[in-house]
Amino acid sequence: MAEERRQKQCSVVMPTESMKAMAESVGVGQLQEDSCVALSEEVSYRIKEIVQDALKFMHHGKRRKLTTNDIDHALKLKNVEPLYGFQSQEFIPFRFASGGGRELHFYEEKEVDLSDIINTPLPRVPLDVSLKAPKEQQKSEFTEPLKVVKPGQEEEGSIQAKGQGATSAEGLGKEKGSIRIKPRSTHELSVEQQLYYKEITEACVGSCEAKRAEALQSIATDPGLYQMLPRFSTFISEGVRVNVVQNNLALLIYLMRMVKALMDNPTLYLEKYLHELIPAVVTCIVSKQLCLRPDVDNHWALRDFAARLMAQSCKTFSTTNNNIQSRITKTFTKSLLDEKTQWTTRYGCIAGLAELGPDVIKTLIIARLSVEGARIKAVMEGPVVSNIDKIGAEHVQSLLLKHCASVIAKTRPLPDVVDQYRTDYGYLGPMLCSHVVKARAQAALQAQQVNRTTLTITQPRPTLTVSQSTLGVSSGPRTPSIIKVPSSLALMSTRPGTPTQPSPPTTKYIVMATSAGAASTQQVITLSSAQSGSPVTSTVPSTPSTLQPLVKLESSSTAGMSRPLQKYIVVSLPSSSSVDSKGSGVLPASTSPISVEQSVKLERSESPAASTQSPH
Amino acid sequence: MAAVQDGQVESDAEKETKPDASNDVAGNSSGGARSMSPNAASSASGAAKAAAPTGPGEQQTLLAVLQFLKRSKLLESVDILRREAGLSDELDESQTNDGAAAGSGAGSQGEGSVDAASLLRRVSVGGAAATNIAATTTSKGAEDQPDVSIVLSAYSQQGDPALYQVYYSGLKNFIESVLDCHRAELSQLFYPLFVHMYLELVYNNHEHEAKVFFEKFSGDQECYYRDDLRVLSGLTKKEHMKGNETLLDFRTSKFVLRISRDSYQLLKRHLQERQNNQIWLIIQEHLYIDIFDGMPRSKSQIDSMSGSLAGEARREANKAKVYYGLLKEPEIEVPLDDEDDEAENEEGKPKKKKPKKDNLGSKNKKQDPNAPQQNRIPLPELKDSDKLDKIMSMKEATKKIRLGPDTLPSICFYTFLNAYQGLTSVDVTDDSSLIAGGFADSTVRVWSVTPKKLRKVKSAADLNLIDKEADDVLERIMDEKTASESKILYGHSGPVYGISFSPDRNYLLSSSEDGTVRLWSLQTFTCLVGYKGHNYPVWDTQFSPYGYYFVSGGHDRIARLWATDHYQPLRMFAGHLADITCTHFHPNSNYVATGSADRTVRLWDVLNGNCVRIFSGHKGPIHSLAFSPNGKYVASGATDGRVLLWDIGHGLMIGELKGHTDTVYALKFSRDGEILASGSMDGTVRLWDALKAFDVETDDFTAATGHIHLPDNSQELLLGTYMTKSTPVIHLHFTRRNLLLAAGGYNSQ
Repeated sequence: MAEERRQKQCSVVMPTESMKAMAESVGVGQLQEDSCVALSEEVSYRIKEIVQDALKFMHHGKRRKLTTNDIDHALKLKNVEPLYGFQSQEFIPFRFASGGGRELHFYEEKEVDLSDIINTPLPRVPLDVSLKAPKEQQKSEFTEPLKVVKPGQEEEGSIQAKGQGATSAEGLGKEKGSIRIKPRSTHELSVEQQLYYKEITEACVGSCEAKRAEALQSIATDPGLYQMLPRFSTFISEGVRVNVVQNNLALLIYLMRMVKALMDNPTLYLEKYLHELIPAVVTCIVSKQLCLRPDVDNHWALRDFAARLMAQSCKTFSTTNNNIQSRITKTFTKSLLDEKTQWTTRYGCIAGLAELGPDVIKTLIIARLSVEGARIKAVMEGPVVSNIDKIGAEHVQSLLLKHCASVIAKTRPLPDVVDQYRTDYGYLGPMLCSHVVKARAQAALQAQQVNRTTLTITQPRPTLTVSQSTLGVSSGPRTPSIIKVPSSLALMSTRPGTPTQPSPPTTKYIVMATSAGAASTQQVITLSSAQSGSPVTSTVPSTPSTLQPLVKLESSSTAGMSRPLQKYIVVSLPSSSSVDSKGSGVLPASTSPISVEQSVKLERSESPAASTQSPH
Repeated sequence: MAAVQDGQVESDAEKETKPDASNDVAGNSSGGARSMSPNAASSASGAAKAAAPTGPGEQQTLLAVLQFLKRSKLLESVDILRREAGLSDELDESQTNDGAAAGSGAGSQGEGSVDAASLLRRVSVGGAAATNIAATTTSKGAEDQPDVSIVLSAYSQQGDPALYQVYYSGLKNFIESVLDCHRAELSQLFYPLFVHMYLELVYNNHEHEAKVFFEKFSGDQECYYRDDLRVLSGLTKKEHMKGNETLLDFRTSKFVLRISRDSYQLLKRHLQERQNNQIWLIIQEHLYIDIFDGMPRSKSQIDSMSGSLAGEARREANKAKVYYGLLKEPEIEVPLDDEDDEAENEEGKPKKKKPKKDNLGSKNKKQDPNAPQQNRIPLPELKDSDKLDKIMSMKEATKKIRLGPDTLPSICFYTFLNAYQGLTSVDVTDDSSLIAGGFADSTVRVWSVTPKKLRKVKSAADLNLIDKEADDVLERIMDEKTASESKILYGHSGPVYGISFSPDRNYLLSSSEDGTVRLWSLQTFTCLVGYKGHNYPVWDTQFSPYGYYFVSGGHDRIARLWATDHYQPLRMFAGHLADITCTHFHPNSNYVATGSADRTVRLWDVLNGNCVRIFSGHKGPIHSLAFSPNGKYVASGATDGRVLLWDIGHGLMIGELKGHTDTVYALKFSRDGEILASGSMDGTVRLWDALKAFDVETDDFTAATGHIHLPDNSQELLLGTYMTKSTPVIHLHFTRRNLLLAAGGYNSQ
């Protein structure tokens, strides 16, 4: 076969007819046959020569296709004037025609009307050359050029890492696709990313609280998790689906904490994954049953927490296009209005609505207070149907009182008359009245000591709580003066089986330099329970310029020690700015071993008295 | 004729015998004649004015004239001629016999007159007598001049065109019938003989015969000569031969074959028996047979070395000493990180990194015996900023990961989007902070890949205004308004095929189809110099690792060495037989490697401009080169998709990496030399275990003969293949921390 081809190579020459045709086109008629043969041979040879040179230009241009430019350059090499006006980026559309035993290839040149060209709008300007590196790589390169990443974090290093060719091919392929429309697709993860994903998910739903804290911290802070986001989102949505059926409250709580951590990560944007996350979260709010023993387990905390998540995502992602907030509100309201709705779901709906803000409470909940009150009354005072219903009614009642009181306190004109309340709100009226009175009193106090309270809020850092709980300290007796742990913190209990009981903090805070210590701690209760992360920081900047030393009374007992030790720890806050930064970092889930260590170090260094007391 | 050539300057003769000696080896058969030949050659060239390296032929001509005179009883003339030629009687006799033996089969009959007749016949094959002899000799003499018409006239001798086929197939039958061990070696003859016979036919206007000849035998040739055959096939007329470069290559250089003594004897005996003058003539005139003692080589050994345009490299071409060692690094005190960290600790800030001791300084203390002298090539003095940069790179180097088969580098691919297939070259600075691309639309674009944007220096008027005493004067001279992520450099008038950053990142070189090399300032983003010298496209250019010098090579087959402050080249490296497609500096800046379309890699000494190594073995134009960081090895990649590894010290091929399916456009060793990365037109990056590849036993014998058995272990050496979707890989770069950066232009079709 090779020989055949070579024969062809050797013998291919331009047909003499072409010579004649070309001669005619330049005005030479009647060309001798001999001249034609001689010419065609010569022309064939020269054309071959030029094409061979043009190939060189193609090779150096790193292309596989010969272009007209290559031919031009080859002509230039031979000192021949290139063909002007014969530019074509792509292949030249030669057309084939045959007839009368003749075969012809020709280049169709259309006649165009000049006015057509003038009148047609200009074509779009072609895109300019741009350089593109994998997103993750670029990021890490910006922060720290080409760092050698630790094995644990390698997934953020480069999109295409060692491993099988297949994964890297995908990785490389991704940015190729982006020249047109970037398809939103999931990508193969590199080996490191797979490892990371496995570790993180296992830690998040595993039994070790310390590991979980670390994992959540990683999710909440690490950049470059973007690639894994779809997987996390699927993990959560599937996890909720399975665990709701199995009534596994602990796992649901862990999954919700993952959602929280994902939302906290500033480098992630969840909008594309809300279709998976929102159903999961809403399930955790309104599901009829979330745990095996609804009478004992505190699934109410989960509902509260999930409701807060829902509110946060509404705030962040709701746009006029997706209408998340109004759709969610409608869903809640619909089941709230339904007569047959169970107490658990009812609780979830109310919690979900209440978290959406005072306006929603005012228009949707307060208006229904009397109806709900009647329903509660039926359960509380009527024939005992079941214990579960009663507990549900109680929780709904306290929830309603909690949320409505603060709103009513702000909106309702002052004289709080019990009877008036009864007529306005029905069964719940009298209780509401007393709550409102209390709320008004608190508001007044708050107004007096805004500065102090905002400062102290930042103190109950969850890190401290966790450092305690990881040490395995059993719950001690709660003293009345102890700060009430925010319900969100209750989720961090060491015992996954019974998250109903919040792990009581063994740390006591005494705020120095306050005249009314009890009053100030009272305020911590209210504010810190309302604190769910973001809104607190806004009040923080108004810290006083003076330093606020803080004494921490810590009853710690490490695993090896039998005798609990009492330590007084004075924590002084260096400046308002650092308080600010700490305050913004106070999130229930963001715990890190480093900060624990730091706080321990602080204890050692700053309280010599304590170190002399303790044998270690 | 001898009289005409009277008055030759004797002193020249001695000098010119040197090339002759080797020719004698080829031309003369018996051992006895060989031992005498230098002597004879010196006298012969003393007499023969032409003095070209075609000694034996002229000697024989001379002897033939003597014989003729003797026969014609012109004894006086004989004496005069002999005296002038300095030939002794017995030499005369032995040479006569010898020459006859070599020239034609008739020598065995041993009679003087017959010898002379046969010699005469041989010399004047063209038919005519004395006049033709003169013509032949002069043409031979001028052989080294690339004047085409003179060169071509060597083909004027001709036999019966109809017999060419018979000759060729006779030889073919013979070679196919010899023992296997010789067959492979003798098969090497096919291609050069085929080419030269074809050209002779064409030259003598036997167009039809030439065509038939080509069609009949071109299929027998090794597949790697396909490209050349394609060129040949188009060449069917005498007029075409003028100005054809490929043809010129065949003529100006002898095709080099390496054949064992046994095989050569066999061939010679056969040709003598068959009285195959035509072939013998071609062998003598156009081929250079490098005879070695020892076992004939196997087919695979031959195949690995052959393929270049002019056959294998001559053995003596690779004998020169090459100082491949690295230069001593200037001693720079590297401030250890300790102090900084301590200061930080006092402030109570958390420590981020553990300080590491710098051990690099001690390593460089020893002088490498293979290293050139420090001042062999004058190198530019280090500036303060260079020292700072060195310190930076040393610090970075301490953080690099050691690569190996188990720890492969991560690869980051920089894709040029919307380049519309116009991306022709890419380079990355050593510290990986800038990327430059050369484009077919004559532009050069520079990108910053760090957050630091590219800024121009302020205009002269603005520069007058700034405070020159300020500490941050270097910062103040920059114009903040011009900050951008990329800059475009306009100036070329043709595609930019080569691009190279200076080591200090202040300059950028670009070479283009327009025949110029341009030097750009990366401070002002303007063109500083256009170096004109190549009149044809310049395919590649590269800065020396120490800056200041740079090398360029292009279509004119001459690589030029330049210094940035000279507008004319300092050295011209001439010797390649086709376009120089890539150029690369040795890490010690004393040598330059060039790859060419003649399928050889040559190494040139910057000091004296000599060619010190010729590596043959590629089967296609070479498009990429890379030196190992220790300077001992060089890797080359070609259009055939193979990567070959060469030991510079021994001048040997030591490895072949097969795997790519298209041109290898990029090669790079990791910073420690453990991994070789190759990027190709086929859109893959492949990683090879370089340490294992270099770990081949080279005993003395192999080193002396250059016959290496290449293990076919490409698959074992291949550590990874990484595919892109549709992006040819045209540049590779290892960062100082051994992260691999690759670059290429996305191809949307």
